[in-house]
Amino acid sequence: MKYAALQRKMIGITLLVSLAPLLVLGSTIYYHFSEVYKQRMEEQILYRARAQADAVDLFLKERAAILSAMADAHSFNEINNETRLAQIFNIMNTRAGAFVDVGVIDNAGTHLSYVGPYELRGLNYYQQPWFGEVMSKGFYLSDVYTGYRQMPHFIIAVRRQEGQKSWILRATIDPDIFGSLVRAAQIGKTGDAFIINPEGVYQTRPRFGGEILSQSGLNPHVFGGTATVVEKKDEKGNRVLYAGKWLRDGRWLLVISQEISEEMSTLIATQNVEIAIIALGVLAIILTTVFTTRGAIRRMRQADSEMHRLNAELVHSDKLAALGKMAASVAHEINNPLAVIMQKTGWMEDLLMDEDPQKVKNFEEYEKSIRTINEYVERMKKVVHNMLGYARKMEPRLERVDVNDTIHRTVELLENYARINNIVIQKDLASNLPITGSSQSELQQVFFNLISNAIDAIGKDGHIHILSRVEDSFITVHIIDNGPGIPEERQKKLFEPFFTTKEAGRGTGLGLWVSYNIMKGLGGSITFTSEAGKGTDFTVRIPVVAPEST
Amino acid sequence: MDTFKVLVVDDEQPFVDTTVNRLVKRNIEAVGVLSGEQALELMKKRLFDVVVLDIKMPGGMDGIETLREIKKIQPLAEVILLTGHASVETSIEGMRLGAFDYLMKPVSLEDLMVKLAQAFEKKDSHEQKIRKAKIKDLMRHPARVLEQEKD
Repeated sequence: MKYAALQRKMIGITLLVSLAPLLVLGSTIYYHFSEVYKQRMEEQILYRARAQADAVDLFLKERAAILSAMADAHSFNEINNETRLAQIFNIMNTRAGAFVDVGVIDNAGTHLSYVGPYELRGLNYYQQPWFGEVMSKGFYLSDVYTGYRQMPHFIIAVRRQEGQKSWILRATIDPDIFGSLVRAAQIGKTGDAFIINPEGVYQTRPRFGGEILSQSGLNPHVFGGTATVVEKKDEKGNRVLYAGKWLRDGRWLLVISQEISEEMSTLIATQNVEIAIIALGVLAIILTTVFTTRGAIRRMRQADSEMHRLNAELVHSDKLAALGKMAASVAHEINNPLAVIMQKTGWMEDLLMDEDPQKVKNFEEYEKSIRTINEYVERMKKVVHNMLGYARKMEPRLERVDVNDTIHRTVELLENYARINNIVIQKDLASNLPITGSSQSELQQVFFNLISNAIDAIGKDGHIHILSRVEDSFITVHIIDNGPGIPEERQKKLFEPFFTTKEAGRGTGLGLWVSYNIMKGLGGSITFTSEAGKGTDFTVRIPVVAPEST
Repeated sequence: MDTFKVLVVDDEQPFVDTTVNRLVKRNIEAVGVLSGEQALELMKKRLFDVVVLDIKMPGGMDGIETLREIKKIQPLAEVILLTGHASVETSIEGMRLGAFDYLMKPVSLEDLMVKLAQAFEKKDSHEQKIRKAKIKDLMRHPARVLEQEKD
């Protein structure tokens, strides 16, 4: 549990420290980049609006100039001749173009002569607002209106003063040519360019959503005095940039619009790349952090458990050593009296031999009692010797030991016992085991204890595998049974003296303790792993050392 | 050949007495003492073939110390160590100091007799070797006869 919490904490801190700067940097770049880009976009669209407005202005001025020149160059009598007017109309269209018609109007507002596609001759414009304006100011450029011809158009009119008499030369500008001039400023899929008047009415046909003379829905006043860029959302919710430039002293507003998303598509692509790079970076950081932290925690956990295991082993071996000392002193205290008892009964036997059995009453009873005492002394002797682990004569010398051979010999001793319990002993012995300096009789005692324990553990029907291998500078022997396994609570006590699970009288509880001490004395070890229901694997490690020469 | 002379050294008086009695009954010239000091005292006066020596004798000299002294007084005497508890280190130490062998208590008289016989045999053959060597030596250096007799 504590490892999981530690792991979460480490991952959290590492991620926070490494991701925070990346994200801050990423979002700063993202924000600044889009700001700069938007600024540039605004500048560009405004520039286009200005340029287009200049072009439109020039167009109108040219038309006004040629009209004025024609009026100035001709007298009323000349110009009021339709043949001449047609010549003049030709010159105007040749020199400037975009004129639909031209007409002469007298100071009473009557259309005297006309060249063009409509029947306007004889119409009176006296009541028309533009008539008064041109008469008073000398020049007039109209908004778009339908007028008598019932078609949207706009006119340029100039007044000519000829002595006491004044007359007006009036021409209509082709709204299509003018409209296409304006629309030349539109770009891309969403770009638009049009002119509105101060009431927001279209003066040229926009590309999207509207007809000439319909309401644009734009408030021209947000564009301020000269040229401005504003951002608005259209009815679909798209963000649209509008650049406006006033024309004709504030009577028309040239508007260029562009959807931000289209204009920003390059930026968005760049930003997507940036986001992708940051996302990959974040992913890499997360993966690296998680994996390295997990690895570190796993190693830490292994080291901890190894430390715990070593501590437990240390405590365990201390405990066994203390028990060993105690057992040794108990053995001494028991063996001395046993020695006396043995000699005394022996002496009694000696003395009885001198007697005539016929003459001694109860001779047989004495003999029998002595035998019984001897038997029990033998039994005690055996227990104490087993307890000390030196039931056999000690051979501290490191004789030449063939471990495989020792296993074979031990198995031979136990084969019958295994067979009657229907237990198969399988041997898988490495052929490359070196001869090592050890004690054959002691090793045999260890194997004997382990194999007979395995048989007892299985009870009936089962198998025992015996494996021998060379590992580094040790020979390892595994004795693996498929018995019921050792319950966990018993595992800790397994190597303690007098710990037995066998029924009373069958085991002394000394076998494993003695084996443990023998292996310790030989510089090796005994360990085991056991799984309930599957069996137990005892591992004996015997150091490979040079035998003492004989 | 003389009778077989054995000294039993143990701090348990009943053990010493009984063992001695049983050995004597088997025509072995056995004597018992209760401490290392007594053993050394006696060995300065009398020759023994084999000494049966308890390793652990509380109170006075222990078996190993006694063994060391015995080997100084009577180097040819074989020593069989008796031990109530077998400690490998002590036993190896004993063997290194020249003990013939050791036996675990309690030991049956039969086992002890076997061990005594082996020890005696070894001692005997050892002495014979020495004797032969002496004879060879004397044959080469007859002048030493006089010195030998003085010893």
